[in-house]
Amino acid sequence: MWDYTDKVMDHFRNPRNVGTIEHPDGKATVGSLACGDALTFMFRLGPDGRIAEAKFQTFGCASAVASSSALTEMVLGKTLEEAEKITNRDIAEYLGGLPDQKMHCSVMGREALEAAIHNYRTGEENTVSVNEEIVCTCFGVSREEIERVAKENSLHTVDEVTNFCKAGGGCGMCRDRIQEILDEVNHAAAAAPAAPAPKKLTTLQKIRLIEQTLDEQVRPVLKKDGGDVELVDVDGDTVRIAFRGMCAGCRSAALTRDNLIAARLHEFVDPALRVVTE
Amino acid sequence: MRTVYLDNNATTCVAPEVTEAMMPYFTELWGNPSSMHAFGGQVAASVTKARGTVADFIGAERPEEIVFNGCATEGDNHALMGVAATWNGPGTIITSRVEHPAVLGPCLRLREMGHNVIEIGVDGEGRFDLEAYEAALAANPGPKLVSVMWANNETGVIFPIRRIAELGKAAGATVHTDAVQAAGKLPIDVREVPVDLLTLAGHKMHAPKGIGVLYVRRGTRMRPFVIGGHQERGRRGGTENVPYIVGMAKACELAKAALADGSEARIAAMRDRLEAGLLATCPDSRVNGARACRVPNTLNISFEYIEGESVIYLLSDLGICASTGSACAAGSLEPSHVIRAMGVPFTAVHGSIRFSLSRYTTDAEIDYVLKHTPEVVAKMRALSPFVPH
Repeated sequence: MWDYTDKVMDHFRNPRNVGTIEHPDGKATVGSLACGDALTFMFRLGPDGRIAEAKFQTFGCASAVASSSALTEMVLGKTLEEAEKITNRDIAEYLGGLPDQKMHCSVMGREALEAAIHNYRTGEENTVSVNEEIVCTCFGVSREEIERVAKENSLHTVDEVTNFCKAGGGCGMCRDRIQEILDEVNHAAAAAPAAPAPKKLTTLQKIRLIEQTLDEQVRPVLKKDGGDVELVDVDGDTVRIAFRGMCAGCRSAALTRDNLIAARLHEFVDPALRVVTE
Repeated sequence: MRTVYLDNNATTCVAPEVTEAMMPYFTELWGNPSSMHAFGGQVAASVTKARGTVADFIGAERPEEIVFNGCATEGDNHALMGVAATWNGPGTIITSRVEHPAVLGPCLRLREMGHNVIEIGVDGEGRFDLEAYEAALAANPGPKLVSVMWANNETGVIFPIRRIAELGKAAGATVHTDAVQAAGKLPIDVREVPVDLLTLAGHKMHAPKGIGVLYVRRGTRMRPFVIGGHQERGRRGGTENVPYIVGMAKACELAKAALADGSEARIAAMRDRLEAGLLATCPDSRVNGARACRVPNTLNISFEYIEGESVIYLLSDLGICASTGSACAAGSLEPSHVIRAMGVPFTAVHGSIRFSLSRYTTDAEIDYVLKHTPEVVAKMRALSPFVPH
C-alpha cells in the first residue's frame, strides 16, 4: 500500500465538492482515460468576484481524488488572482504531502485550475497552443509544462520529472529530450566543460557511438515487436547490421533499416553513414 | 472487522497442517542434513521423504528430479540462465508476452548477453498464439529454450502447455514452464506434459514464503545458478531449508488430496457465482479472459470508467483483499502488461480488479463481496467524469 497521509485518505474516502455546476464561470478537463487519470474542475464566482463554488469529478487513484478534493477547498473564497498563485506544492502540502510517484496528481490539480481560469477569461477550452512542442507523446506533456514543474519543484532527474508530470513514463523514447530540457533549465549546459567536439571520430569512437545509439534509440522500439538488431561490422562509413528475432525475415525490415536505424545513426553519429543489411 | 481474503494469486495462508509439520524442525530436529552424525542424518531422511512427496505430486519419475530452492523467481532464473549457460554461442529463447517478471527479467538479461528472445503474443481473451509459436520454432535453428507459463497469474488463463511442450520438444528445444499459478488448481503430471523444467512456489499453495521447487527432468543439460555447495546434487548450493522443505511436501500432499476431493469444482462454482453476480450488478464491466480456459480460482474483471487503485482501497476499507493491474497501484505509469497484451479497451484497462479464491474461501465470503462491491463501484463512478449519462 502507498504511504498516504491521513488527510489524503480522508479526502479520498470523503471527497468534498464532488459534482458539476449548471452554469459554471470557468471549466476545464485535464488528463484522459488512456493516461490513467483525469480531472474535470469548474467554479462559479460570487458577486464579490471571489470563487463562491467549486466542483470536481475525477477518474484516478486515491491521491488523484484527494488532490482534486483539496483543490476545491483551497480555492473557495479566493479571487482569481489569488487562486492563480496556488502551485502543485501547495496542494501536496495541504494534504500533508504525497508519495514521490504520486506528485503528478497535485500537478493535475494545478493544471485544471489554471485551465479553468483561462477558460473563464478567454472562453477557450484548451490552454495548449498548437505550436507548442509536445515532448512526451504517450501522456501529451509539453515542453512548457516540463520546464514549469522542473522550475517549481527544483527537479534534476528524468525520473523526478516523470513523478511530477508523467512525462517519460510511457515508452521512454523522450527521456533524452527531457534531460536536455532539464539541463537547460538548470544551466547545466553552462557548467559543462566547453571542450569542442572532435571533428572526426576515430573508428573505435564511431563503433561505440553506433552501439550506444542502437541501444538507446533503436532496440527499445524493435523489442516492442519481439525483434532485435545486431551490429555486424563497421567498415569506413558502411555499417553492416543483422536483424534478429521477429525482425529477421520481416517484410518491413528494409523500411525499419532506412526509416529508423539509418535515420537515428545519421542524427546521432554521422550523416555520412550507409546502413546495409547482412 | 472481518477479513475476506480473495488475493490468493498473490499469496496464500499457510495451512495449519503445514505449520504443524514444520514445527519439530525448528525445535528438536534442527540438524544439518549433510552431517555425518546420526543427529543430522535423521533430518536428511526427512528431506528425502519430502522430495519423494513433491515428485509424486507432479508425477516426476524420480525424486532426484526435484530441486528445492528459495522461491519461484529463483527457479525461473535458474531454468533460463542455467540452460542458456550450456550453449556455446547465441541461442533463441521463446517465451510469451504475458509472463511473470521472474521470466521476463532473465529474458531481458539473456537478450543483453546476445541471445535472441522472441515473445509470443496472446489474443483478446489472453490465449496463447500457437501459430506464431510454431513459426518461431521453425524459423530459428540452433539451441532453443521455450519458457511459457502454465497459467497466467493475472487472468488465470491456462496455456495449452502440453501442446507447447510437445511442439518444443519436436523442434529440439529445452522446455520450461512456470507452473506457479497452476499448481494445486489443476492436475500437474510431467509424464503427460513433456516439459524438461517446471517451477513451483510454496507460498501460492499454502506453504510459507521462502520455499520453491524446480523440477529438472533427468538428462536436461543445465548449469547451477546458486553455486558453491554440493547440495541438491550440486544443482543448488546452500544448506537445505529443512523446515520449509518439509512444509512444502505437506502442502503438496494437501493439494493432491484436495484435487482428488473435488475442491476445485467447489471453488469454480464460487468464482462463477461471483463473476455472474458482479456482471449483473455492475453495468459496464467485462471479464478479462472470459472465453478462455481459466484456472478455477481466478476472476479478472474490469469496471469501466474507474481506476483500480481507488477500488482496491475502498474494498480494503471493507476488509476485502483483492488486487489490480492498474498502473497507479504498481507505482508505475503503465497499466499491467498482461491486460495491455490482450488489447483490452483503454476505457477498461485501468480498472481491472483480480479476485482470486482458495479452498479456504467460503460462500458467506462471496456473499459479502457480492453485497459490497457494487457500492464501491457506484461510489467511484459517481466521482468519474467519464460515466456516460
